[in-house]
Amino acid sequence: MPSPSYAAFDEKDLGAQVLLSQYKLRTSGDAVTVRQAVARYMKEHGATALSVTRFATAVSEIARNAIVHAGGGEFSIYVDPRAKQLTVVCWDKGPGIEDVELALTDGYTSGGGLGRGLGGAKRLAKIFEIRTAIGGGTSVLMSVNL
Amino acid sequence: MPQSATANILTVLDTDFKGIIEEWLGTQVKEGVKRSDLFSDAESRNQNRELLKAFSKGVRDGVTGEDFDFDDNQWDDLRAVLADVSRERVNRGVTPTEMATFVLALKTPLFKRLEAMLDSDHGVLIRDVMLVTRLVDAFAIYTNEIFILEREQIIDRQRQEMLELSTPVVELWDRVLTLPLIGTLDSARAQEVMENLLQTILERQAEVVIMDITGVGTVDTQVAQHLLRAAAAVRLMGAECIISGISPMIAQTMVQLGIDVGTVSTRSSIRTALSDALLTVGYVIKKTEGQ
Amino acid sequence: MAGVTSINLVEHALLVSIQDDITDTEILELQDRLSTKISENRVDGVILDISALEIVDTFVGRVIAQLAGISRLLAADTYVVGMRPTVAVTLVELGMYLPEIRTALSLTHALAQLRRV
Repeated sequence: MPSPSYAAFDEKDLGAQVLLSQYKLRTSGDAVTVRQAVARYMKEHGATALSVTRFATAVSEIARNAIVHAGGGEFSIYVDPRAKQLTVVCWDKGPGIEDVELALTDGYTSGGGLGRGLGGAKRLAKIFEIRTAIGGGTSVLMSVNL
Repeated sequence: MPQSATANILTVLDTDFKGIIEEWLGTQVKEGVKRSDLFSDAESRNQNRELLKAFSKGVRDGVTGEDFDFDDNQWDDLRAVLADVSRERVNRGVTPTEMATFVLALKTPLFKRLEAMLDSDHGVLIRDVMLVTRLVDAFAIYTNEIFILEREQIIDRQRQEMLELSTPVVELWDRVLTLPLIGTLDSARAQEVMENLLQTILERQAEVVIMDITGVGTVDTQVAQHLLRAAAAVRLMGAECIISGISPMIAQTMVQLGIDVGTVSTRSSIRTALSDALLTVGYVIKKTEGQ
Repeated sequence: MAGVTSINLVEHALLVSIQDDITDTEILELQDRLSTKISENRVDGVILDISALEIVDTFVGRVIAQLAGISRLLAADTYVVGMRPTVAVTLVELGMYLPEIRTALSLTHALAQLRRV
């Protein structure tokens, strides 16, 4: 039987975005590395302190999800200098999310957490897309204007 | 036969550039859109010259066959000059109709000269007049777009300024701030108010904040939500928050809506809120002897 | 690793300054170490200085809330001091009001409050 799959984010979704850097997500230290990289880039490009904190918080949430629930993944940062937009994609090969709608609801948790992580990230990022398949992993795309 | 569709138009523009400007100004006067009250003759002439220069450049380089697109690079100059002229005109109170008529007035001087040049060749004349019409119309439409954009930016800026004006954070005493809220409290404004307030708490190291809602017309669930969120953020930063100015009417509504203010302190008047706040930072208000 | 976060005894309180690059693992270790220290030193309070933190997400927020619960069981109050305005706005937006913690503007303010108790 072929492994279940889903359409991960590709060039079509990313449009004119250019890959800036890529990271492996394995330990909780990697989550810190990616959120700090995102924050540094945003600050260098004139984002407000509030905008940096909001987006870096969202990044921290999705990076942790990949590490804790999927045993790790990959994290890419893209920029569109013309549209002044920064996009991140967090990808994992974990068990996938059965009910995305439910996972995005405040208070829902798949284990131990407070259940505000994914829903919170969605609220903070404004542009937030998620693709997933049971047994095939999860991809989250989030964007912010610089 | 001329080689390109724009050859005659360019000839007209090149041979009598000054004359066209003067006549264009004349038509503007006749149409009542010259606005001598807002711009001196020299200013108007200068604006017309710059616009016509940029327009000619566009006609020379930016028309292929009989097609053109104002978004092409060849029209950069015209767009830039237009942006400048529009900004100035918007600021001085020119209306969109006046602005469009001002541009359309360019047709008459061009038609007249084409007619004089091509009176023997009506086929070519009609073709050229049609092209000029399309060019000048597009020019006018484009002007209108820029003009409206410019006005929107001014409105945006004013709204921003009003937002800031309407949410002053006042230092009542050492370490005591007050935020007199007036009017309605929508999401955008609530966010603005909150950020401004928290920043001031940090700068002044304020220990107590009084959010006075005496001037807020109605408190519905959403407004209450905004107030409570602001109060929660104030507390997270380590300051105390008092909501004052809750009228009996608003108190009734809040209870009916089932709004629970939780741990936030509330006072009916800013008077009691102030004396409580001062007490918190170690002061009492005392009546002087003999008064 | 958790050595980067120092725990100091000031008056009758444990002062903890959390650094911005603290990881989930380290903050859990910190929770362990702090719980031990509170009972060992019989302190009145724990002061968490988070002024260096650019973000507090739901996980960190939850650990801080738990820490407050633990210290209360051990008869100490937990104060969070120095939260940045941007962090406060973001936490509220995440629905994390953290009612179980006490807050103060700065270390000085927290110490003053602890003295009053």
